[in-house]
Amino acid sequence: MSFINPVKRGYLALETWFNISFGNVWNPLYNLGTLTFFFFWVVLVSGLYLFIFFDTSLTGAYASVEYMTHDQWYAGGVMRSLHRYASDAAVITIILHMFREFALDRYRGFRWFSWFTGVPTLWFVITLGITGYWLVWDELALYVAIQSSQLMDALPLIPASMTRNFLASQINDRFFTLMAFLHLLGQPVILFFALWIHVKRLSDVSILPPRGLAVGSFIALLVLSLLEPAVSHDIADTQSTPAMLNLDWFYLNIYPLLDYWTAGYVWVLTLGITVFLMMMPWLPKKKMGPAAEVHLDECNGCEQCAKDCPFDAITVQKRTDGARWETEVVVQESLCAACGICVGSCHSSNPFRHSQQDLVTGIDMPQSPINDIRNQTETALSKLQGENKIIVFGCDNAIDFSDLKSPNIAVVSFFCVGMIPPTLVEYALKKGADGVFVTGCRTGDCYFRHGNKWLDERFATKRQPILRKRADRARINIFRAAETDCKQLKRELDQFQHHLTQLKQNETAGVSGVSDE
Amino acid sequence: MNKPLRFILQFLNYSLFMALVWYFSISPVYHQLDEDQAMITFTLGHVGKHVTPCVKTSQEELLKLPPNMRKPMSCTRERSPIVMKIQLDDMVIFEKVGLPKGLYKDQGIDVYQNIRVPAGSHRLLAWLNDDVNVEGPIYKYEQDITLKPEQHLVIEFQSDAHKFTIY
Ligand code: HEM
Repeated sequence: MSFINPVKRGYLALETWFNISFGNVWNPLYNLGTLTFFFFWVVLVSGLYLFIFFDTSLTGAYASVEYMTHDQWYAGGVMRSLHRYASDAAVITIILHMFREFALDRYRGFRWFSWFTGVPTLWFVITLGITGYWLVWDELALYVAIQSSQLMDALPLIPASMTRNFLASQINDRFFTLMAFLHLLGQPVILFFALWIHVKRLSDVSILPPRGLAVGSFIALLVLSLLEPAVSHDIADTQSTPAMLNLDWFYLNIYPLLDYWTAGYVWVLTLGITVFLMMMPWLPKKKMGPAAEVHLDECNGCEQCAKDCPFDAITVQKRTDGARWETEVVVQESLCAACGICVGSCHSSNPFRHSQQDLVTGIDMPQSPINDIRNQTETALSKLQGENKIIVFGCDNAIDFSDLKSPNIAVVSFFCVGMIPPTLVEYALKKGADGVFVTGCRTGDCYFRHGNKWLDERFATKRQPILRKRADRARINIFRAAETDCKQLKRELDQFQHHLTQLKQNETAGVSGVSDE
Repeated sequence: MNKPLRFILQFLNYSLFMALVWYFSISPVYHQLDEDQAMITFTLGHVGKHVTPCVKTSQEELLKLPPNMRKPMSCTRERSPIVMKIQLDDMVIFEKVGLPKGLYKDQGIDVYQNIRVPAGSHRLLAWLNDDVNVEGPIYKYEQDITLKPEQHLVIEFQSDAHKFTIY
């Protein structure tokens, strides 16, 4: 078994806990990005409601928030609490989302773009929260306004002092209205634009979590909003400095640092952390295999690979080689993750073709061509001995399955289970395997995003290329496991062997080989 | 996993998550001041005097210049540093030399400094020097003050009026 670093091991244990509690589909850790989006939707809708009653003037803001909180607690109050708590929950899911990508090493290589663009979105979220607290114009808001201004004054941006705006002698509506504009329109627009860029290199991105998870999270937020409604401090008063403040640490965490450090040092710290985070994908850089290659002679322009590519790296264009097909595909090398899913999508990857010569497919991975995979499968099968001959097709990014090798079990590795052409499974069964055991990442957690999903849909004949009906499903087992699930993998394989033995006994006894699964 | 057990586990997870959200949205409480402290803010936005005093431009010199550039006084650009000191009873609570900003040291400075002080009655002394050619304090302010706990008192040096005010 290969070494698994403790951070990853710990993280996978947490994921297991959530799989037990929620099941794989609803597992919040598999849906952190979409869950964050969901919290943003709650923030947006509740924010629109608050906007109706909110007075954007310095003198009226506090009273309007108080009115909503107390006189209209059942609607405005609940909306205010939802607005606050969903914003806070989003910070937790964003931090977990970041941590997950880090712990599972999904931030380097081709993923650099998502990581790199994710960091500024975190800034946009935090600053959006800061202007939100400003708008309440209570004691906390005045504190936020002054501390934020001190930070701004330390930057060589504006020649005049921003902090001096908050002296009793200077204070006025105009600055407040600017903040209201930023919070209500400017910053949300920037945030959504940043998020659009963040997921730009991914295909089929969902912006809503599974319904069950959304409903559960909403109920939880609602219950919290009713039990502990969000309230204000006393109205902002330039004549007093409250000894105690209930800071929202999700958003206002750096301000107390200003008690100890100058604003300049606080900037050095926050910008230093930001730059470090943004540079992480290159510390060190991840080695990546070469991009997929298109072989036009074998491509009929069916576009399936372009539809299946999880990273939008394949585009379709007009045919250039004069063949009778209308279109062809092109791989954008800089976007390709080298996952091989396109090989599994291509009808030409069918190993039954060109049995007497090299198998060339329409789109292939130069570092592991389908012809080599067919040869490996054949050689492995020819060496198998014993009662239940099993071939394991496994993905390199999940559990280490090389240990499973034994006289009756052979292993062939793929970059992703989505790379396995369904016809290869049929081929293995035809060429002497009693069973095919496919293993890849945990359900809901495919390293290359869609591999598991496409495999399931192909095997269920819902997506091209399908696993044909004639392939005996009773002899195929799919088991999904993370790197730490060794025991479960062994147990599952033992059960599969037992199942194959039973099938054989039934067949010899003249009973038809119908699966009990 | 049976449904009721999964329901209970989900309930626990959601509760924990919301407890975390709620707790850190208002706690731990941040102590900006001790119970018996008040806050003094010293602030100014001020430009120091010219380092070399301005001289009157003579009539002949003025006539040599194009009409739009005829200034009656001719000055060098560099400004004096601003020396500030605030004392509460015998204790210096703030002391700073604010160097003029800008490439040619020709701009003013802004100060906004929060100072935590014990509440109660004090003798406040503030002084400022904005001219390198003069020794010691040029503007002085002395006042007996009584600060309540959590009171915020601003001491501002008003640049236009050249005097300290408190409010
Ligand atoms: C601010 C709120 C954020 C939201 C709403 C968000 C949302 C998302 C979504 C929906 C995805 C696509 C997941 C998928 O379909 O596979 C994604 C991917 C990703 N995010 Fe974020 N994200 C946010 C912030 C961040 C931050 C702060 C980072 C890290 C610094 C980050 C790093 C990544 C990475 C590396 C991926 C790529 C995952 C993959 O390729 O499988 N995100 N994000």
